[in-house]
Amino acid sequence: MDMSANDYAISCRDVTVSFGDHKVLDGLDIDVPRGALLGFVGASGAGKSVLMRTILGLVPRQGGTIDVLGVNLDESNEAERSRVEKEMGVLFQHGALFSSLNVRQNVQAPMREHLDLSQQLMDELADLKLAMVGLNPDAGDKFPSELSGGMIKRAALARALALDPKIVFLDEPTSGLDPIGAAEFDELIAKLSETLGLTVFMVTHDLDSLISTCTHIAALGGGKILVLGDPKTVMAFDDPWINRYFHGARARAVLGGVAAREQD
Amino acid sequence: MPARGALDAVSSGNSSFAASGVWNTMSAAQVEPLVLDAESAIAHGTGTLSIDASQITIMDVAGAWLLHRLVAAGEAAGRPVQVAGLTGPHEVLLEEVAENARPPIAPLPEPPYPIRLLNDTGKAVIDASEDIVGITAMFGQTAIGIFKLILNPSRLRPIAILHHIEYTGVRAIPIITLISMVIGAIIAQQGAFQLRRFGAEMFSVNLVAILTLREVGVLITSIMVAGRSGSAFTAEIGSMKMREEIDAMRVLALDPIEVLVVPRVIALMIALPVLTLLADFAGLFGAGLVSWGYIGMGPDAYISYLRNIVGENTFWVGLIKAPFMAMVIALIACREGMSVGGSAESLGRQTTTAVVKSIFVVIVLDGLFAMFFSAIAY
Ligand SMILES: Nc1ncnc2c1ncn2[C@@H]1O[C@H](COP(=O)(O)OP(=O)(O)OP(=O)(O)O)[C@@H](O)[C@H]1O
Ligand SMILES: [Mg+2]
Repeated sequence: MDMSANDYAISCRDVTVSFGDHKVLDGLDIDVPRGALLGFVGASGAGKSVLMRTILGLVPRQGGTIDVLGVNLDESNEAERSRVEKEMGVLFQHGALFSSLNVRQNVQAPMREHLDLSQQLMDELADLKLAMVGLNPDAGDKFPSELSGGMIKRAALARALALDPKIVFLDEPTSGLDPIGAAEFDELIAKLSETLGLTVFMVTHDLDSLISTCTHIAALGGGKILVLGDPKTVMAFDDPWINRYFHGARARAVLGGVAAREQD
Repeated sequence: MPARGALDAVSSGNSSFAASGVWNTMSAAQVEPLVLDAESAIAHGTGTLSIDASQITIMDVAGAWLLHRLVAAGEAAGRPVQVAGLTGPHEVLLEEVAENARPPIAPLPEPPYPIRLLNDTGKAVIDASEDIVGITAMFGQTAIGIFKLILNPSRLRPIAILHHIEYTGVRAIPIITLISMVIGAIIAQQGAFQLRRFGAEMFSVNLVAILTLREVGVLITSIMVAGRSGSAFTAEIGSMKMREEIDAMRVLALDPIEVLVVPRVIALMIALPVLTLLADFAGLFGAGLVSWGYIGMGPDAYISYLRNIVGENTFWVGLIKAPFMAMVIALIACREGMSVGGSAESLGRQTTTAVVKSIFVVIVLDGLFAMFFSAIAY
């Protein structure tokens, strides 16, 4: 490859993670180009969430190096690491909203910590982000325990976008959303990725978002990346699991629908 | 030097501005005052407002929002607005932001202080009454649960009960015996020291034996258990409540009272009397050591002296109280756990409340027992 390391938003080499004897990631390599909207697939329990948490530095790894935005987080100094951390936004699989803050305060929490904005501007920005992710105005005053599953996802996305990061990690953002909401969610992410040059690392099982919004798809299996490329390449890839994933009955239904929509 | 954004008035008459540089989240704090100034200038101007954005190099949602505020200020003043020179993506961003802008919600006005005071007082009274009702209800449900167990002993959960006995009882033995021993020693030492002036040092043994067996042993044990196990009960049940585990039990036709509360109540009612017994022994042991050192009463003499002065009733008065203490501690702790809401903060608050309430109730209950025993002259 002729791309230099700096052209990648995320670049992992030989990453190994195990829990006890259970090896979840086994010498995994992945390069995510800047500005990519990467859909990440893999069987349940394959280690998608673990890889995401490893890149974020939340899970200790037994070996390998990880570069984020061209910065090796192990070797960099405190200031550089903190700069890169501000450039990453995360939506955890279960939301992980702060339960003692209301939704608006949740979105403001990173702003309060890292920026020196007036309360008025923080309120405005928080309300703006909540509107952008499709929450009603009154949701801002609710506490996480008072939200529905889909609202939690949206609020968590608004918090992930609070600092206008360069990379967002989304762990199953559209699971638990109604299909209309999920489509809007995909549209929003695609729009942000286009206009802001956002790199998106999205773990998803939603075939619709994989095929209609992702620019790249990566598949995880056996602790390694099986394949990474544009959707057509990945779907054509010769691997039994991928074949069943993209050419099973459910996939055919979705793919047929997408093809029909494209012909209209 | 962080990247900066700028906003300059190009012509007089508040009609033309040029935005340039970096308009993003990191520069928002620096750009915001410029926008505030421009907003008031725009409100005072007339005619078409034109904003030249061609020199903006970097823009994100926060920057677009600030730019949108200028546009909105112009529109609010009834002026036509033109934004020129935005690059394609920036234009999309500005549109997206404009689409999602909402009128600010005015915060509800706070009622005046006297009203708030009345409000809070009323709330406190209602909370207190609800508390009493809640505890009584839980007592009733637990009693029913235990009664059902007696009718149908196969529903007993021996493993859960043993588990709680281990954590609330067995593991509390070291700390409770140590503390009781030290307190017994302190009372004996103080007693001997004060009574020596009357030549009545021997009576310090009476003092410490009666005090320990009737009151101090059970009180210290109950207070320690309330702090140790009461808080644990509340935290365990509370975090289950937070994660909807209690709701899951209900729909699986498991009665949370039977599964969670009854084993804890039974375990504590077994563990606390045993701990009290050990605390009594430890207290007397500590007092014996001091008596040996201070008033030269050897072990044999100490034990036979104790036999003479301590009636069987003295011993029972302390021990009878223990299961009651255990019951109120467990009930209060479980009830506070059940009333945890959805937030981590409420878990902390309920745990603190459980410990404070159960220590308070333990001491009040001890006072009531003291009155009762003196009334029946036991
Ligand atoms: N903290 C942990 N301790 C031990 N094992 C863990 C831990 N976290 C994850 N695992 C194991 O790692 C494996 C991968 O888990 P992971 O959560 O990454 O799955 P996933 O690919 O995200 O699945 P899903 O699609 O269901 O979310 C699982 O077998 C899981 O049991
Ligand atoms: Mg997962």
